Amino acid sequence: MLIRDGIPTPEDLATVMPSEERLAKGPIAITECFQNIACNPCVAACPQHAISMEPDINATPKVDPDACIGCRVCVARCPGLAIFVVDMTHSEDTALVTLPFEFLPVPEKGQLVCGLNREGAEQGWYPVVRAVSGGKKNMTWMLTLEVPKDKAMEVRNIKVGGYRDGR
Amino acid sequence: MIRNVEVMVIGGGPAGLCAARAASEAGAHVLLLERDDVPGGQLVKQTHKFFGSERQYAGDRGIFIGQMLVKEVTEDPRIEVMTDATVLGMYEDGVVTVLKDNQHLKFRPKKTIVCTGAAEKFLTFPNNDLPGIYGAGAVQTLMNVGGVKPADRVVMVGAGNIGLIVSYQMLQAGVDVACVVEAAPNIGGFLVHAAKLRRAGVPIRTGWTVKEAYGNGKLEGVILCQLDEKWQQIPGTEVDCPCDTLCLAVGLTPLSELCWQAGCHMEFIRELSGHVPITDENLMTSVEGLYAAGDVSGIEEASSAMVEGRLAGYAVAVSLGYDVERAQKEVEAARAELVELRSGPMGGKIRAGLVKVAEKRGEAGC
Repeated sequence: MLIRDGIPTPEDLATVMPSEERLAKGPIAITECFQNIACNPCVAACPQHAISMEPDINATPKVDPDACIGCRVCVARCPGLAIFVVDMTHSEDTALVTLPFEFLPVPEKGQLVCGLNREGAEQGWYPVVRAVSGGKKNMTWMLTLEVPKDKAMEVRNIKVGGYRDGR
Repeated sequence: MIRNVEVMVIGGGPAGLCAARAASEAGAHVLLLERDDVPGGQLVKQTHKFFGSERQYAGDRGIFIGQMLVKEVTEDPRIEVMTDATVLGMYEDGVVTVLKDNQHLKFRPKKTIVCTGAAEKFLTFPNNDLPGIYGAGAVQTLMNVGGVKPADRVVMVGAGNIGLIVSYQMLQAGVDVACVVEAAPNIGGFLVHAAKLRRAGVPIRTGWTVKEAYGNGKLEGVILCQLDEKWQQIPGTEVDCPCDTLCLAVGLTPLSELCWQAGCHMEFIRELSGHVPITDENLMTSVEGLYAAGDVSGIEEASSAMVEGRLAGYAVAVSLGYDVERAQKEVEAARAELVELRSGPMGGKIRAGLVKVAEKRGEAGC
């Protein structure tokens, strides 16, 4: 249970998971933020105004599935590193997962990295298709990994270091 | 010689910096005293992004918020910043004595805002004096200020925000974090901090504690054990966890000695984590002209400390007659921000503490 061990349960995740229909349309942000804390930078970060928080700053964020275009801006802005963007439409077999990353070394585009799930367990080696810095002040990187579709809702981190050169 | 000062702010952390800036912005002259060699308080080592709203610079890293506030304060012609300056005493006649460069300086401030922050609590267990056992604050200073890798393998005690954040920062520094143990049944800090630690592979053991530490001359490991619902150690659950560092993040307590010395009405309020001065809605203590803002009047987040500092700073300006109408509006805006920051479930403890403060204030008839 999240409050006991830091691992969100399937029930927690179900509250923020976009519908299959929405996932089939393109990339979307998933806010894995389940606690009522006073925090709202994601709302201001979204250029599409797709993230809302009602009635106040202590609510958890809600993503409007019609307004969100999966632009990834919120991924680096969330202070809790709790927002991920998943694109299930990348290819027939693979999906793209964009996750926040704050360790060195930062893997380069094309390298293979070891993906970890929400418990930190190794899931497999996946190519980095994009590595974008959040900027000098923000300093959070946004890494986009290409993962098998059945791992798109599992991979949420990478193992630091030991990156392999991709083919 | 006694130097007259209009507003004295004691402590250059988030509350003190914001208090100085607010009072000066309304027109008052401020002397800011900081015992460290640089102002910034705990902000100088907060490398994580802050929570809260835009008004508390949410999304920015604490260290950059600190740099920005320090810059504003040091560039402000109405604020004099004195570093390496430790306040020693507050006397009945209003004189405040300060140790600076081996000189014993004396000031007589018209108004004083105490922003002395908090100190870390410690934990009692066998061999807790072995080298290698630190408070989380010391480890954070070594890493983020000194640039020193503080450990090879660490066990963190405490899953409040400090324990979770410092564990994560140790991972960033290349330290192997064996686990986080927390005596309470639940994680006390933000669950997003817990989740990012967990997905980096760090186990968080709630309902566990340190039974004892061991090592020959320095820490070599700790024995962890599980606690029952009455917080008693459960025999047979002991686990040996080798480590060279044990980091304690078991809470903070207000550094309120100066308020005691000044004769403020003090009360022990559990929800505020210790003895605190009883303050009014302007954050003035029972001593006329003496204010308290930030962790010194109750342990809370840095975002709240900044807003409290701003509230006290403008309240002092009002009492001195500076830009009264606008400064009063700022006071009220700060109050509203605090209500918002404290309105969620995580603010329950502080709200309960503040109710007790109001009760104690009523009892004293002030």
